[in-house]
Amino acid sequence: MSRSDPRDELVEHLPAMRAFAISLTRNSAIADDMVQDTVVKAWTNIDKFEVGTNMRAWLFTILRNTYYSSRRKANREVADVDGVFTESLAEKPAHDGHMQMTDFRKALNELAVEQREALLLVGASGFSYEEAAEMCGVAVGTIKSRTNRARAKIAELMGLRDDESLEMTDDATMSVISSSKVSSF
Amino acid sequence: MQLGKNDDNERFIDENLRRVYEETVEEGIPDKFKDLLKKLKEQEESSGQPATGKSE
Repeated sequence: MSRSDPRDELVEHLPAMRAFAISLTRNSAIADDMVQDTVVKAWTNIDKFEVGTNMRAWLFTILRNTYYSSRRKANREVADVDGVFTESLAEKPAHDGHMQMTDFRKALNELAVEQREALLLVGASGFSYEEAAEMCGVAVGTIKSRTNRARAKIAELMGLRDDESLEMTDDATMSVISSSKVSSF
Repeated sequence: MQLGKNDDNERFIDENLRRVYEETVEEGIPDKFKDLLKKLKEQEESSGQPATGKSE
């Protein structure tokens, strides 16, 4: 009767799910609603979870499906898988030699959501390209190219260029980072 | 040469990315999520029916 229930593990993944949801929606209230929906779906569909596989990947998959289906319903955002729209809107930033964390967040938020998602899964959440590809239902090459485009776009938006050195030291980066609070990751 | 700089950019971007992500993770979760899990568990116990769809 009291054998281990994989649902007991759900709670451990909530902070990561919330961070992922905020990165998708860029809005913490909407993100919280999405996480809530995901928790209910995961709870009631736990029999579809294969014990022994990566629960976080499973939960993130439900979460992103929730996000994309509600986005399709709302149909408010232009689908921009290849970042063409974003590219044409982007302006070259004034480069003052100092990278600000707020600039980083801003650049991140300007990415097409598919690119931001790929970058986050691979660059921050610790998933492999293969895992990310499976979660997003696309080819591994697609995840790689989205990640590369995302990095290139951020570099461009932040004025990071190939022929320029980074002028911000780690200490300076740290102080900028610790002074800004996340609200719109 | 160019490759080296791109690597620097990539490292810079990924470090910032992880920090932004970690900060959000460390914010923890609103209490309502724990309440929700508790409620789901209670509902299931009171209905006496495991929602897993699996037989015992």
